Amino acid sequence: MSKNLRIANSKFIDQTSRISFKFDGKTLYGFKGDTLASALLANDIHLVGRSFKYHRPRGIMSCGSEEPNAIVQLGNDPSMTEPNTRATEIELYEGLEASSQNCWPSVNFDIGAVNNFFSPLIPAAFYYKTFMWPANFWKLYEYFIRKSAGLGKSPTQPDKDIYDHRYIHCDVLIVGGGISGVMAAKTAAKNNLNTVLIDDKNILGGTTLFQQNESFKINNSYSNDWLKKEIESLNSLKNLTIKTRTSLAAYHGYNYLLARENLTDHLNINEKKDKIRQRLWKIRAEKVIIATGAIERPLIFNNNDRPGIILSSSIKKYIDYYGVKCGQKISLFTNNDSAYETAISLNNSGVIVNSVVDIRDKTNSLMVKQAEKLGIKIHWKSTVVNTNGYKKINSIEIMKLSDDGVAVIGKKIKEECDCLGISGGWTPRVHLFTQSGGKLKFRDEDNVFIPDKSELNQISIGSCNGDFELDEVIKNSLNSTNKFLNVDNNDYKNLEIISSKEIDKKNIWLLPSDKPMGKTKPFLDFQNDSTANDIKLALREGFKSIEHVKRYTTTGMATDQGKLSNMHALGIIAETAGVKMGELGTTTFRPPYTPLTFGAIVGRNVGEFFDITRKTPIHDCHVEKKAEFENVGQWKRAWYYPKKNEDMHDAVQRESKAARDSAGILDASTLGKIDIQGSDASEFLNRVYTNAWSKLEIGKCRYGLMLNEDGMVYDDGVTTRLGENHYLMTTTTGGAANVLSKLEDYLQTEWPELDVYLTSVTDQYATVSICGPNSKKILSKIIPDLNLSDDEFPHMSYKNGLIDNIKCRVMRISFTGEHSYEINIQSSYGKSVWEKCFEAGKEFNITPYGTETMHLLRAEKGFIIAGQDTDGTMTPVDLQMNWIVSKKKFDFIGKRSLYRSDTIREDRKQLVGLLTDDPKEVLEEGAQIVAETNKKPIEMLGHVTSSYYSPNLKKSIALAVVKNGKKLKGQKMFVPMKNKTINVTITDTVFLDKENKRLNA
Amino acid sequence: MKNKYSIFSLIKNAFSYHENWQRAWRDPEPKKEYDAVIIGGGGHGLATAYYMAKKHNMKNIAVVEKGWIGGGNTGRNTTIIRSNYLWDASAGLYDHALKIWEELSQELNYNIMFSQRGVMNLAHNLQDVRDLKRRTHANRLNGIDAVWLNTEEVGKFCPIINTSQSIRYPVLGGTLQKRAGTARHDAVAWGYARGADAMGVDIIQNCEVKGIKRNGDSVEGIETTKGFIKTKKIGVVAAGHSSVLASMVDLKLPLESKPLQALVSEPVKPIIDTVVMSNAVHAYVSQSDKGELVIGAGTDSYVSYTQRGSHDVVEGTLKAILELYPIFSRMKMLRQWGGIVDICPDASPIISKTHIKGLYFNCGWGTGGFKATPGSGDLFAHTIANDEPHKLNADFNINRFVSGDLVDEHGAAAVAH
Amino acid sequence: MFLINCPYCGERDQSEFSAGGEAHIVRPKQPTELSDGQWAEFLFMRKNIKGVQLERWNHAHGCRKWFNMVRDTSNDKIHAVYKMGEKPPIK
Repeated sequence: MSKNLRIANSKFIDQTSRISFKFDGKTLYGFKGDTLASALLANDIHLVGRSFKYHRPRGIMSCGSEEPNAIVQLGNDPSMTEPNTRATEIELYEGLEASSQNCWPSVNFDIGAVNNFFSPLIPAAFYYKTFMWPANFWKLYEYFIRKSAGLGKSPTQPDKDIYDHRYIHCDVLIVGGGISGVMAAKTAAKNNLNTVLIDDKNILGGTTLFQQNESFKINNSYSNDWLKKEIESLNSLKNLTIKTRTSLAAYHGYNYLLARENLTDHLNINEKKDKIRQRLWKIRAEKVIIATGAIERPLIFNNNDRPGIILSSSIKKYIDYYGVKCGQKISLFTNNDSAYETAISLNNSGVIVNSVVDIRDKTNSLMVKQAEKLGIKIHWKSTVVNTNGYKKINSIEIMKLSDDGVAVIGKKIKEECDCLGISGGWTPRVHLFTQSGGKLKFRDEDNVFIPDKSELNQISIGSCNGDFELDEVIKNSLNSTNKFLNVDNNDYKNLEIISSKEIDKKNIWLLPSDKPMGKTKPFLDFQNDSTANDIKLALREGFKSIEHVKRYTTTGMATDQGKLSNMHALGIIAETAGVKMGELGTTTFRPPYTPLTFGAIVGRNVGEFFDITRKTPIHDCHVEKKAEFENVGQWKRAWYYPKKNEDMHDAVQRESKAARDSAGILDASTLGKIDIQGSDASEFLNRVYTNAWSKLEIGKCRYGLMLNEDGMVYDDGVTTRLGENHYLMTTTTGGAANVLSKLEDYLQTEWPELDVYLTSVTDQYATVSICGPNSKKILSKIIPDLNLSDDEFPHMSYKNGLIDNIKCRVMRISFTGEHSYEINIQSSYGKSVWEKCFEAGKEFNITPYGTETMHLLRAEKGFIIAGQDTDGTMTPVDLQMNWIVSKKKFDFIGKRSLYRSDTIREDRKQLVGLLTDDPKEVLEEGAQIVAETNKKPIEMLGHVTSSYYSPNLKKSIALAVVKNGKKLKGQKMFVPMKNKTINVTITDTVFLDKENKRLNA
Repeated sequence: MKNKYSIFSLIKNAFSYHENWQRAWRDPEPKKEYDAVIIGGGGHGLATAYYMAKKHNMKNIAVVEKGWIGGGNTGRNTTIIRSNYLWDASAGLYDHALKIWEELSQELNYNIMFSQRGVMNLAHNLQDVRDLKRRTHANRLNGIDAVWLNTEEVGKFCPIINTSQSIRYPVLGGTLQKRAGTARHDAVAWGYARGADAMGVDIIQNCEVKGIKRNGDSVEGIETTKGFIKTKKIGVVAAGHSSVLASMVDLKLPLESKPLQALVSEPVKPIIDTVVMSNAVHAYVSQSDKGELVIGAGTDSYVSYTQRGSHDVVEGTLKAILELYPIFSRMKMLRQWGGIVDICPDASPIISKTHIKGLYFNCGWGTGGFKATPGSGDLFAHTIANDEPHKLNADFNINRFVSGDLVDEHGAAAVAH
Repeated sequence: MFLINCPYCGERDQSEFSAGGEAHIVRPKQPTELSDGQWAEFLFMRKNIKGVQLERWNHAHGCRKWFNMVRDTSNDKIHAVYKMGEKPPIK
């Protein structure tokens, strides 16, 4: 270390364990307990970044999550680097590497700083007013704007860390472990309430933890000593869970909160590996106590952004907690008492305090007197009008304020310094309160917004509730907590408290300068580089609402979300517009409180856990056969089974041919299956399907179409009557869950009088479908005692059977047009039955086929696939399936909609077949169909819904929907592709075996 | 006459420390009577007023806004602009808008930063592929510049997408519309407001409509928090609050207002220079000029006017983002927010007359209204001025819900906006 | 994330439920006798109330029962839940 900026007496820093780290490539040293910011300051490094717009040098300004300037790129591994981390929150660890952002080639010499020179040309929102000429140049302008914007760099490789989620249900959640939070936690836990206390720092205690000052005593001890004992006493409380390094991110309605716990960020590089990096706690709390404290405000004056200008309370923390001097000749600038506390601390540590510049008239609180006694010089009723020094402050200019505070008078005094502490008073951290929907009220006397009304079971205590004096904090926190928890904790009733009281208050949102406004740079939002001038410009241009001003000037929209700038923006707007601040309202504080990694939000739900994968009981057999799979909803379905050197086309052609020539086998287990029972089951089916069900004989199967209430086809499938009051419905694979929900909905809400019970049995049964002319022979080998004659077991019927004494249901139904059986058996036997069929079918070259072949085979027969040939705009009539729409039934879901003026039109799009003139030409699914190619604009009559090359017909076939298609049979049409036009003819939808002879073959 | 914005005006004003910029728009008190009043000062409402004044010479008109202009969905959306819609009616409407977007900065003399960086829609299953190809074919024949990309081409166009075929729902291809892109949302509202104001349109903020007065079958005016305003023509462009306005004249609309959430990350240097939408896994992402990743989440399933939604919707969206972009795991969510979107059963808007004379509704844009802003304004202005729809919005009438002649983008392609 | 008091199961997280829209829209008993307009009223038109609304919810990842809820859509406050077929407890 070049200068000795570290004092030896800090209790919170372990000066025996030295830690090495790198900043901008330079190796530096700090100690365990340091943050990156405190370690940098100890190394006399203030300049850590460049601002967003003007690239002005910026230094560390605070010691917490409100930091706008000291944001760095952490790490340089392409998968582990993290942009925009606050140096004030990074706990120092061995091997840490950080670098400055938004500067090139370096933070010390940044080319972008020319922007500062051009700053008169680029006021707030200048970009809306320019870059418009020439019109097509915006692309180029934008390229450069984008390049110069942004801060850090995104990782470029996948994150190697793991993240995790857990839940907490508690009686009381306390957010913030400062003095009031600790007292509340003790009160709650002692009264048998299941209590959780969280704090974003690595240690409880807040600012009181290092408040060792004659002016603040509790029961004759320094406030810090008293609090330390209180914190120690928490350890014995059984009902209390304490989570440090845990930041409350979001407070939603119904006391649902999200908190992010940092588990490894503070560990040495070699200790981080294979551990969970961050955990997101999802908390549902009966009661919430917010004790998040307050943020110190900066002061707004010309050139208030130079490195070395630091919030006064942060200077105090650096000296009292970290043992780091922010400078050796420090000046302070304030409008309130707290800067004096800093002055006293600095003085006690042997740092020279040049002076305190105070905008107030002389005041004589306990603390001010204490400072005066120490001989600290005070400039009363004065303001800093300018600061000097480019990469670090080297002097300030002080002038007297006029009586009304709007101007400066007298002679300018120059004071040399290497650090300026600023304090503009305190802003309660009401972010969580407002996130939860709470309404704020404005307290005029000290210009703060404090919690007012909330719908939720919560309170705010301590300085986030507007109590700033130690005795007030303790007394009010205790009373509120007791009342809120309905308990009576007397522990803190008779405390003797000494607390310095602030006597005089004065606030000036924008301090006057000796220069014309336009020549000054009083920064409000340090990161986004918006100044008080920008706010005034916005107001002049008619942007009145706080939200307009915020958006026009980007004030409060940086990564600190305006924690330091919002109040001043409001104040300056109110002053300029001549309205009361309370009437102006605030901008909305939105979650998260501090930026939250996507990783933590997502937790473990990445990679293989992104979504459930549903596999059929027969899945392994398909894998063995080297099947390719397709995703259908959450299911993995065998798509096709390529043999050596086969591509998809070859495989599908082979599978399709085998299924028609001899035997094919399909895993149909994914189809939805709903068991329907009850004395009104038939009536229920009558109402949900378009066709009639009452007369279906027991043991018979029937195909049904289900509509939405708007008349459009929703789902289809075969339903089997198992008994008088018992049906088994099948649905499409993708539609299963929705169909069940829909049926339950109607049953429970529209037709509660029906005696019907629905049970999903999709997962309970495996379904093996065998088809082809040899399917009968194969089945007879597996279930020899089943009579498979057409009379006894005709198409569209079912039988119970036994396979090795295991009951199964065999449906003779067909989606391919072939003689076909579906064996339904308890899931656990699915694989075994599949293998049995294989074994039995060996002599017939039984061929497994996937969904692609299934689609081809059914298309040859003109069977639709709901969702592929229908799209939510097709009625059964459009599908030319009028036969399935009962004319007799009084009502069914969707019936009325079929008779609306548009749905009864004759010339709607209708399902037809298409044949290409060139039988080898296979149409692209989704291709559009037109009648005339020369007309402009071209009128699209419909599109190809399904298209295949049929090996059985040795030609290309397709299904399509075409406007008025029913009447256009035999007509020539065109399918215009990008490079060519394909000639087609409209045909019937059934291409193969129109007489259905194969069903009984 | 408004001062023209340009680099020269910036230089000129720099000499006077920017003290002499004119107001972008006036802040007038409402007159007693207008020829027409637009309810709703979002992008659509302001554009409507702009085109009524500009193309239909209706200058004695007002826009009344409950809060501040552009504060609703205009300022809350993810700013995606595209026109690659399936049905002719939608394609006509949205491409009309896109053509206006292409000239809008110059038209308004306000840089709305229309950035034609392309929009990709990804397919993750075979039905997605069919649907997106179908749409691409339709687009081509409708003169819209969308093309189909296979997986490799998707990866080439946007290298940070995880195009590995071993992920849960691998990218099977996608469509790309190069003319599509994004614009700066606030600037759109402000640009139209400035333009309309210059032609004499009164923009009245903080003016909530409390009632619509009718006389038999016609409207007579509106009751507002700033008093009664007489008018014979009322255009309602109130997005999520359309049903609330409709209820003032006992009109029911086929709408449900639901929370739609969005979020941005912290700003980083350019990492993704196009817009990628993936409907199947619900992830829409682009990067703003400021460097923030702008991510659109889905809607909740319940009606709410609170501008908040459920956390699990955000979690679900980011889950999908990390599936497609595992490099973003260490990126941080900076801010999340919600809007109230009014959704029609067919996911298409209503730009229509009503059975009440002089009352017009422009609503039902659901999650995708921003992209239509200029077209919507132009066509709604035409509809109000002529008391007849333009041929491009004729299909988007209220009566379609009676006849059944829906413009079903929702059912047809399951592609969200 | 609401905390919903399922009338059958008690308080559960919102993620277990699915919303079913406006309640008490009775499916017409004689749809064929309705005009297209009246049918559209049932099919599509909704009050979409800003304020206290009666609506349907389903405990989809729980008991699968449908029930009704009284909720203020302007602040998401749930005032009451009640079973299907019961009269709303408020208003």
